[in-house]
Amino acid sequence: MNRLRTPHLLALVFGIAFLYLPILVLVLYSFNASRLVTVWGGFSTRWYAALLQNQALLDAAWLSLKVALVSASLATILGLLAALALARFGRFAGRTLFAGMIAAPLVMPEVITGLALLLLFVGLDAERGFWTVTFAHVTLTACFAAIVIQARLSTLDRSLEEAAQDLGATPLRVFFAITLPMIAPAILAGWLLAFTLSLDDLVLASFTSGPGATTLPMRIYSSVRLGVTPEINAASTLLIGLVATVVVLASLLIKRDALARD
Amino acid sequence: MARKSLGNIRRAFAPWADPAATPLVQFEAVTRRFGDITAVSDLTLALYPGEFHALLGPSGCGKTTLMRMLAGFETPDSGRILLEGQDLAGTPPHLRPTNMMFQSYALFPHMSVFDNIAFGLRQQGLAREAIAARVAEMLALVKLEGFAARRPDQLSGGQKQRVALARALARRPKVLLLDEPLGALDRKLREETQYELMDLQAELGLTFLMVTHDQDEAMAMADRISVMERGRIAQVGAPEEIYEMPANRYVAEFVGDINVFEGIVEEIKGEIIALGGPGGSMILDDPNPTVDLGQKVNVAIRPEKLSITLEEPPQPTNKVKGEIWDIGYLGDFTMVQVKLDGEAGQLVKVALPNRSRRAERPIAWEDRVWLSWDVEAGILLRG
Repeated sequence: MNRLRTPHLLALVFGIAFLYLPILVLVLYSFNASRLVTVWGGFSTRWYAALLQNQALLDAAWLSLKVALVSASLATILGLLAALALARFGRFAGRTLFAGMIAAPLVMPEVITGLALLLLFVGLDAERGFWTVTFAHVTLTACFAAIVIQARLSTLDRSLEEAAQDLGATPLRVFFAITLPMIAPAILAGWLLAFTLSLDDLVLASFTSGPGATTLPMRIYSSVRLGVTPEINAASTLLIGLVATVVVLASLLIKRDALARD
Repeated sequence: MARKSLGNIRRAFAPWADPAATPLVQFEAVTRRFGDITAVSDLTLALYPGEFHALLGPSGCGKTTLMRMLAGFETPDSGRILLEGQDLAGTPPHLRPTNMMFQSYALFPHMSVFDNIAFGLRQQGLAREAIAARVAEMLALVKLEGFAARRPDQLSGGQKQRVALARALARRPKVLLLDEPLGALDRKLREETQYELMDLQAELGLTFLMVTHDQDEAMAMADRISVMERGRIAQVGAPEEIYEMPANRYVAEFVGDINVFEGIVEEIKGEIIALGGPGGSMILDDPNPTVDLGQKVNVAIRPEKLSITLEEPPQPTNKVKGEIWDIGYLGDFTMVQVKLDGEAGQLVKVALPNRSRRAERPIAWEDRVWLSWDVEAGILLRG
């Protein structure tokens, strides 16, 4: 590896500070003993204890977790099917269009997607709540899962699947005995990505949720409008910790899988 | 019969020469196109039970496509493929009684050696004990006892090759397909494995179809070789036939080295043709002289069929004069390049075996020498 020279080092420090200093301040102040957000009053974990007493916040966290679990699972299944279609069905008619449409949610403004989904749910006269938020999240996260899984499938040695077929396995058995175990790390990574995206989404949830179904980001956002309390800092810190852990886990999985194949 | 033929080196095993023999596999006018490219073109070939057949050719000649069509991974655009007289069209790969050893070996990385070999047997629904017994038998066959619990990434290249072979043989296929089976091995191991594969084939009495671009591999192992050129078979025959009686210039050049001399047909007497050429007159013995008087033809001579002498040989024909241009010592033999006299100054390769360790070098750079050859050495090239 090249040694970092001073200008490079400066740029790196500045860049990282720009990205992470606000988060660091938030995390630090979650351990502030003082009720005043801007005044440091010594170290304390009292706000974490207070969190456990805040039923509204706990309910929101539980809902977010449920939505994330269900939507990530649905998104991964959809993503897997889309990835298989792209990587294994050859050049079918409309393939380019299909590939483009799968990737579109990556760049679609969330406000537009949210509004469109809201109109759809209203039009369908669906009761807004857990399921509408969950489905909205699936539309956002399925493309991420599809892209991660397709990347792995495209590097998978086709002769492995052919060998299994040659040895008498039906296409379905080939999929479950060979393909699925080989791409399992990518499927898990896709699931984890979908999970974190769902967990911290505010825009889609705000559009598609209804009364009594407030996710954690929505709860935090509405609390902040009444004034930032150290309690919110504590809740945010926990959320950051969870998301960071999951993202690191997902990238480690992808990296280890890639290394194992070399 | 005075005339020498290839009969004395032809093997006893030659069912293709017997009109009563039934082929095991028949490719009948098979064509396969990929877009504008015709990978296999109107190809007909029969394989006989117990035969070790090699498809030999450069990359892109269609040999792999032909084999993959037998395995069922590619579908012919036209023509039929028969196995024991049954048309294989519509039979998916997993129902075909063929097994393939892949070039990359394609061992399942998430399974042990045991599970890799057992995979095909489990698809047959064999009992647990029967599977264990067969896997043990296969491991013994490829001399890998004690490796059952290993994972593919804990094996050397040669061991992986054996596991792949054991896995493909475990289901006792009617035809074993080998895709460049020795391609990934180093030279020494390749030679050993070559003979092991031949022994195995003879022992099991199986039919092998091998794809290779390596002529030495094909010559050493196969009963018959199909030399392929752009989707067609240029020549089918035993290794000796392919080498000594190449059907055309493509085969002669692809299998081994050749020198080509031009000549004009001056006289045809039975099987003997007399030619006049730039280097002098030639006489050659061709069993099937389908040439006309005055026709311009090419005559190929293998480097090892030429002799070098300092004195002019007594024979009246089949000799040319030149100068030593280059000498390349290759260990088992020395490859000498001789530049012929005349305007063209054609370079001719001569292979001299190094029979003794400390022979006096009879020739040196820039020596004036004579090249000569037998009447039977010349191959009349058609096309």
